[in-house]
Amino acid sequence: MKILVCITCVPDTTSKISFINDNAELNKAGLQYIIGPYDDYALARAVELKEQIPGTTVTALNVGLAVNDQVIRKALAIGADDAIRIDAEPTDSYFVANQIAEIAKQNGYDLILMGRESTDYNGGQVHGMVGQMLNIPSLSPVMKLEISGNVATLAREIEGGKEYMEANLPLVLGCQEPIAEWKIPNMKGIMSSRTKPLLVISPTNLETLTKSELYELPAARSGCKFIAADQAETLIDLLRNEAKVI
Amino acid sequence: MSIVVFIEVADKEIRGSSFEAVGYGAELAKMTNSTAVALVLGNEASAEQIAKIGNYGISKVLHAQDSRLDVGNIQAYSHAVVQALDKENATILVYAKSSLGDAIAARVAVQKKASLAANVLELPDLSDGFAVKKAVFTGKAFQYVTLTSENKILAVKKGAFAMTPSQDSANVESFSPQLAESDFAVKITKTDKVTGELLLPEADLVVSGGRGLKGPENWGVILDLAKALNAATGCSKPVSDLDWRPHHEHVGQTGVKVSPNLYIAVGISGAIQHLAGVSSSKCIVVINKDAEAPFFKAADYGIVGDAFDILPKLIKALKG
Repeated sequence: MKILVCITCVPDTTSKISFINDNAELNKAGLQYIIGPYDDYALARAVELKEQIPGTTVTALNVGLAVNDQVIRKALAIGADDAIRIDAEPTDSYFVANQIAEIAKQNGYDLILMGRESTDYNGGQVHGMVGQMLNIPSLSPVMKLEISGNVATLAREIEGGKEYMEANLPLVLGCQEPIAEWKIPNMKGIMSSRTKPLLVISPTNLETLTKSELYELPAARSGCKFIAADQAETLIDLLRNEAKVI
Repeated sequence: MSIVVFIEVADKEIRGSSFEAVGYGAELAKMTNSTAVALVLGNEASAEQIAKIGNYGISKVLHAQDSRLDVGNIQAYSHAVVQALDKENATILVYAKSSLGDAIAARVAVQKKASLAANVLELPDLSDGFAVKKAVFTGKAFQYVTLTSENKILAVKKGAFAMTPSQDSANVESFSPQLAESDFAVKITKTDKVTGELLLPEADLVVSGGRGLKGPENWGVILDLAKALNAATGCSKPVSDLDWRPHHEHVGQTGVKVSPNLYIAVGISGAIQHLAGVSSSKCIVVINKDAEAPFFKAADYGIVGDAFDILPKLIKALKG
């Protein structure tokens, strides 16, 4: 089985976000980049499937600039066999989905996994777009995935519960916890990641359908009004008559 | 030109956030001198529910009474939505941001080559093209984006466009999308759903508990406070990781993002990942034993003290 895992490189979830260039650009200085947390679950499940099913290969794919290579190496250390980086700024979902679909058309994968959304732009669109571009089913957010032969058994999270389903491969899946536990690379993985192939190729279709204009930070909250613990019941009055939220 | 608003049905009811999307679509239609049409798929929603769409400003509903659409099949839904857009000559699709909505809209975006904006917060600025304000970095920032394609899809963030319902009604028109066998290639075998529980992403009031509650056996006070308020319950990531509470209650950057009118956090220290998931709440109350808990910096009201003393007082005050 051939698995493609698409990873985003996003600021660490503890990052403080700020902007430069008259708020037209993200300030990347001081930001630590990581594999997108949801993509990390997808990667972990792909590596587990590789351990379970003989002859399975896992390719990691990222659309991004050379600065991402160290994050991609981490995916190799976790257990991907090889990696591809499309050398371009990931400008919008449509652009990224086109790059992924193009690679998938060339190489033919049984399973294309990625996170349910990136934690930077939170679009949650790329898996569905890739599925449509390849004309194969796409499902998200997938929290359970088993493969037997050509059949995938999976569970999708729906608001307030789960939906179980069955589908034939190939599939595109947007993943989330608890599909697998995050994997921490071991020493052997880290050593081997340095020599695993990382192919860098140019983007094919440069079309985008959106244009970023400006960023803005949310206004700070005006401050916390403290209520003494022994007068806790006055909170209810404040919520009713001051904040007017209940 | 017209606008189609995709309606999501959960537990036999139209989701509150879909009504917000209806309101958004109706206002956008006024701005652009066009008409807005709502689209309901499947037989899960009652006629009374569908009629309520009129209360939010859209007077025409397309209803596909095809029982194969009673469950949210992503491929089939996306083809039905595309056919509704074509039938209405629509260039804009509006929906309430949700995991099902996103999965469908992405496929529609490719079929219609539409510009797509997720987590839209306001009506667009049409003074120079079509610009929308959206939440990015899981609520840590906003971004203004111009949608450059002729066709456009807007995923409206919950709570961004609340409106007061009117008494207006809607006319329902039957709609029969042509769907192929291949649209149902994914077989939905079973659905496990908690019924009768308030859905967290939809809730206007949320009470959340963290590790400070010490164990799942202590959740009674959270549930009682939620019940007294008619609020949904949530939890922090460690709590769902420890299986104290089900995964669908996890609020935060990698869990459910909520934007209720009131978010009460009990025994949650306020890690930045948790704050990201709640930052668009209108009012935040933090109850924590530790006066240094970072969550107080993001709160509107705070009480430093023991939750097991404080919560019963709040419940009593609510009932009194």
